[in-house]
Amino acid sequence: MESVIVSSDFQSKIDQDANIEPKDSMPDAYREHLIRQISQHAHSEVIGMQPEGNWITRAPSLRAKQILLAKIQDEGGHGLYLYSAAETLGISRDEMIRQLHSGKAKYSNIFNYPALTWADIGAIGWLVDGAAIVNQVSLQRTSYGPYARAMVRICKEESFHQRQGYEIMTKMMNGTEAQKQMAQDAMNRWWWPSLMMFGPHDSDSPHSGNAFTWKIKRKSNDELRQKFIDKTVQQAEVIGLTIPDPELRWNETKQMYDHGEINWEEFKRVINGNGPCNRQRMEHHMHVHAEGAWVREAAEAYAKQQH
Amino acid sequence: MDTQLDLWEVFIQGKSGGNYTHAGSVHAADSNMALQNARDIYTRRNEGSSIWVIPSKYVVASNPEDADMLFDPANEKIYRHPTFYVMPEGAKQI
Repeated sequence: MESVIVSSDFQSKIDQDANIEPKDSMPDAYREHLIRQISQHAHSEVIGMQPEGNWITRAPSLRAKQILLAKIQDEGGHGLYLYSAAETLGISRDEMIRQLHSGKAKYSNIFNYPALTWADIGAIGWLVDGAAIVNQVSLQRTSYGPYARAMVRICKEESFHQRQGYEIMTKMMNGTEAQKQMAQDAMNRWWWPSLMMFGPHDSDSPHSGNAFTWKIKRKSNDELRQKFIDKTVQQAEVIGLTIPDPELRWNETKQMYDHGEINWEEFKRVINGNGPCNRQRMEHHMHVHAEGAWVREAAEAYAKQQH
Repeated sequence: MDTQLDLWEVFIQGKSGGNYTHAGSVHAADSNMALQNARDIYTRRNEGSSIWVIPSKYVVASNPEDADMLFDPANEKIYRHPTFYVMPEGAKQI
């Protein structure tokens, strides 16, 4: 599609808070940054189905099973919104999947941790989706139109995810001693990886400079992390869960929580492929992708036959 | 012989970043004319910040008679909405 109206200079558009659309001219580095970020985001949604999918057959009630299925279905849908947004930048879905399989493209570190008990499903919805929401709400104002619109749609759908997780945690905290312990154990294992989801400290964040100039990112990793902590502590307290951070305390002057240091060694170890489930997640994705090849081939063969 | 040129569907983006929504259609000989015509016909009062035009022959539409079959199954899945969940008293920002 050609444009009738000549586009004004890229950066001046950004500076006026105008969105960039697929056919607008944009610097190659902007395009590449977006492809990297949006495809990573898409891969995260899709890989994120695995730890939860693990619990569909073991959900404790029909109600819980229906909810979990609906949530996982949403994650698949979110992955598709995002792949489509990335495709408007000129990369094919095949190429994105190749990059995922070769390790060139990443997905969120958080999904390299296992979902060991039913309480983990609660913790994932409440904490992991909760952290994702904080990030995604801010991305609704990202400068690339198709990405921003995908985020608006996703945020609207995510709030049920967080609430169903928090409901699971609430129920377990109102249950037996063993259930309470299970909930606290899940909290202990998911809290720190959830904080790591926001990425390295601002002082140590390799891609941030341009991302701010181009308004791809609107808030820094540390700002978003702080926002998540500040809203989550109260939610934990209300249902009697303890945040596993002895240094966590309210800072009256700053009007926010101070928290302990994140274990960045663990972060690096997991991101470099040595988390508890990295291999399993990738092997599963490759296996299912290869196993589904005949379906795509059959669909194409059938379509050809119709013409 | 039809002398009225091809039909194009017009989508207008109201403000920067928003969704492109269907406004109507125009006749035009090529993509440039379709954009021009769309601008003249659908954005005389500043309705748009950007326009898409797509040859109508490429639009595939569902049959409204199939609406029940397509959309009914979503009705009973009320647990897809956040209001389905009862939050404990005092919990904030959730």
